[in-house]
Amino acid sequence: MNRKKLELYVGLFVIVGLISMGYLVISIGEISFFPKNRYSVYGYFSSVSGLKDGARVEVAGVEIGNVSKISIDKKRLVAKAVFSINNDMKLSEDSIASVKTSGIIGQKYIEISPGGSDTMLTNGDEITNTESSLDIESLVRKFIFNSNKS
Amino acid sequence: MLDNLILGNLCFTDKSYIKRLMGTKYIEKIGGSTLSATESIGRIVLFFISGVVSIFVRPFQFDKVLDHTWFIGAKSLFVIVLTGLFTGMVLGLQGYYTLVTFGSEAALGSAVSLTIIRELGPVLCAIMITARAGSAMAAEIGVMRISEQIDALKTMQIDPIRFLFSPRIVAALISFPLLTAIFDVVGIFGGYLTGSLMMGINKSVYMDKVISSVQTVDIAGGFFKSFVFAIVVTTICCYRGYYTHLTTEKGYGAKGVSMATTNSVVQSCIFILIVDYIITYFLV
Amino acid sequence: MTSPLIQLVDVKKSFGAHQVLTGVNLSIHKGEILAVIGKSGTGKSVLLKHIIGLIHQDSGEILIQGKPLHKMSEKKSFLFREELSYMFQENALFDSMNVFENIGLPLAERSQYTKFIIEEKVKTRMEQLGLGPIGEKFPAQLSGGMRKRVALARALVTDPKVVLFDEPTTGLDPVRKKKVHSMIEEYQKQFGFTAVIVSHDIPEIFDVAQHIAMLDEGKIIFEGSKDDILDAHNDTVNAFIRGDEIGNSSYTDKYQPEDKYE
Repeated sequence: MNRKKLELYVGLFVIVGLISMGYLVISIGEISFFPKNRYSVYGYFSSVSGLKDGARVEVAGVEIGNVSKISIDKKRLVAKAVFSINNDMKLSEDSIASVKTSGIIGQKYIEISPGGSDTMLTNGDEITNTESSLDIESLVRKFIFNSNKS
Repeated sequence: MLDNLILGNLCFTDKSYIKRLMGTKYIEKIGGSTLSATESIGRIVLFFISGVVSIFVRPFQFDKVLDHTWFIGAKSLFVIVLTGLFTGMVLGLQGYYTLVTFGSEAALGSAVSLTIIRELGPVLCAIMITARAGSAMAAEIGVMRISEQIDALKTMQIDPIRFLFSPRIVAALISFPLLTAIFDVVGIFGGYLTGSLMMGINKSVYMDKVISSVQTVDIAGGFFKSFVFAIVVTTICCYRGYYTHLTTEKGYGAKGVSMATTNSVVQSCIFILIVDYIITYFLV
Repeated sequence: MTSPLIQLVDVKKSFGAHQVLTGVNLSIHKGEILAVIGKSGTGKSVLLKHIIGLIHQDSGEILIQGKPLHKMSEKKSFLFREELSYMFQENALFDSMNVFENIGLPLAERSQYTKFIIEEKVKTRMEQLGLGPIGEKFPAQLSGGMRKRVALARALVTDPKVVLFDEPTTGLDPVRKKKVHSMIEEYQKQFGFTAVIVSHDIPEIFDVAQHIAMLDEGKIIFEGSKDDILDAHNDTVNAFIRGDEIGNSSYTDKYQPEDKYE
């Protein structure tokens, strides 16, 4: 095997491999090497069941940020979710954040319904109006219970 | 006199018979195999450490790393692309038929991409490379051992572990993650082929699901696995070849090499699966 | 008389239950050719491998110019072994490398040589040993005699001070055999290296070697010059040279490769 040829093949292999790796990491894994300018707000939920770190935060179905941290408030025993929102997206303080599901067993995401207030949320503020995840099981139970009674 | 006669009759004055009677033979066997197992664990760890340390001994063996990268990496490309494509395609089909019963065939992208990136990519890749390159490593080094080529290296003051093992481990550390990346991409494309083109899931829904469900952690975990597999496979295969002369139970020479090759492939595959489980357990 | 270059003092080695060397005393003097003869399986190769360090003795000492080898600093023993060269009975050529790379390998792995010097040295050796344009060929493509000469070239390419030959002429025709012998003799005169040859070529080897030692039952039973061995009053030696079998010592191989290295 010719040395030059061998070097060429190995080079090609490495390039193809690196391109695949780059595609995976940048395009599919969505790592941005230039951190986007974002600010964070948080909200308390009685349940964020199924919500994951990195889940989408949407306004009118358009992604405007991610869930960056989910923790529990030990005193109040409610879930605290921190969202990081794109800087160019301003949210009014009476916006409503709700945990939604895409499809019937799909992934959870946060939908923010814009409010009407003139005061805008800034970094570190709290979204006071929240709606927790819709619990299909309890809904179904309620439905069955109600229909039995009538 | 009488005592002697009775005892003699009873035991046939045969010491090995007494031994067998008391079961010491089996205890000896257990002890022996424990000792030899400990010994070989020690040997493989020392072998690995001296191989890794020798990577950094100057002069660096660039030429040999290149040779082995060609052999382990570039030559495996075709096999990896083929397995990746068909794995993705079959996942696309199976996933579709399963998900469609729940009416959530839109989630096919998530199913295919997560399965491939987290598990099948690194594991199948490592197994395919073991079959293709690992067996060859064991056989090549094994033949070098039985034809005294390793001794010849020693007489030339060349450290055989540095000469044979170190470049292979570097080449494997380069090749495994790259091949895994290629496998992942081709596999996801394969899922797209069956899911989207054959079964008619919307193309952008598929890709959107892929992108939204795969997290950085998944990709990093997959690559971490492939690094570990690279070390596991090269160490086992080179070790088996290098110590061909010590592990021959049924014969020397050609038979010894064939056994070393078989053992290296079987053990590599087993360890890939065990290590995969352990890593997954700690990652998730 | 000066102190010998290499001296083996009461070297013992056993593989498992088989005692192969039962106390070998042997002196190798600088600049001489020493032939080691003896029956197959009496541990001649094992003896050579002790000197190069592939096998370590169970007891006894190997002295290098009067100093025990195992007490030497690592660097010193490395320097000593770097001047040693070993030619294997089965050649042990690297079959995945071509002839040129094979011969050049001992040089290439010692970083002090440039590519150009290596090429020159390999070419000279190949010419000297009558190896034609086979540099690009692989060992498997060569005849047995050619391979032997390639192995010889590889052993001599580093200009070693001591060369250990393990049956350098097995598998060669009488003409080539003679040639290898005369080559060793010639090079020995030219470069002044010290040689130890394990050989079965009796009596030809007597013309090559200045010193002859016979190994039997793990011991050196005879040491002396060519004339000494022909007039020896030892029955075993006489019988061996004549090719007769004496006593009931068996020819079975005592060499057990399973315990070869620790």
